[in-house]
Amino acid sequence: MAEYLLIESRDPFESNDVGYLYELAQGLVESGNQVTLFLAQNGVLPARPSKHSAALAALARSGVNVLADDFSLQERGITKLAEGVTSASIEVVMDHLAAGHKTLWH
Amino acid sequence: MSKKTITVALMDPPYETENLTTAFRILGVAAQRGYNINVFAYEGASGLAFIRQTPHPNPVHGKDLAEENHPTTKDQVAALLAEAEKNGGKVDWVNCGMCVDERGVNEFVPGTRRGSPADFHAFVEASDNVLVIPTK
Repeated sequence: MAEYLLIESRDPFESNDVGYLYELAQGLVESGNQVTLFLAQNGVLPARPSKHSAALAALARSGVNVLADDFSLQERGITKLAEGVTSASIEVVMDHLAAGHKTLWH
Repeated sequence: MSKKTITVALMDPPYETENLTTAFRILGVAAQRGYNINVFAYEGASGLAFIRQTPHPNPVHGKDLAEENHPTTKDQVAALLAEAEKNGGKVDWVNCGMCVDERGVNEFVPGTRRGSPADFHAFVEASDNVLVIPTK
């Protein structure tokens, strides 16, 4: 079992590629890995309850740790988070890097 | 626990994308923790440490130089080096040589250096982990 940090910086309202990263997170968890999905920049936009929030909630229910960068949330005025999403500090990224977890930026 | 060494590859040019804001926040955490940091500044990112960057006023908003307080990436690079040193870490910041030549930005913040993708390979071999932040 490996530990993964997937960083999503893109907005799913703008980029269909975002869905592929969500699918990667889902697949890694189903394969028995531990996965954290860290939303940053416009990647936090679906953390506001909206059409795309259901995908994040589904990931969380499947075992993906879904986090949203607190700075990116604050910049965008997002205070109410969708189901399954937790606000987190950028320190989380360095925690994973320092622990040697496989880290992928999208 | 041994001191960690983290490598980050950057590709975005100064003043264009939010990737660099996030990258400097991540690098800042590493510097505060006293980690050793390697940065490979590739493509547009090779201009981040260009020493001739100058801040500017904003006449449209009626702000002079001091009021505008315009940040430059060269100052952010210098601040990163200073923060790391203060906390016992080292920063090896490499500016891709061909990239800086193409862009005419071959004058760097002191403490950064010219290099090549071979340096990135060496960084990867010597690091606890690597984060590549590509352009969108």
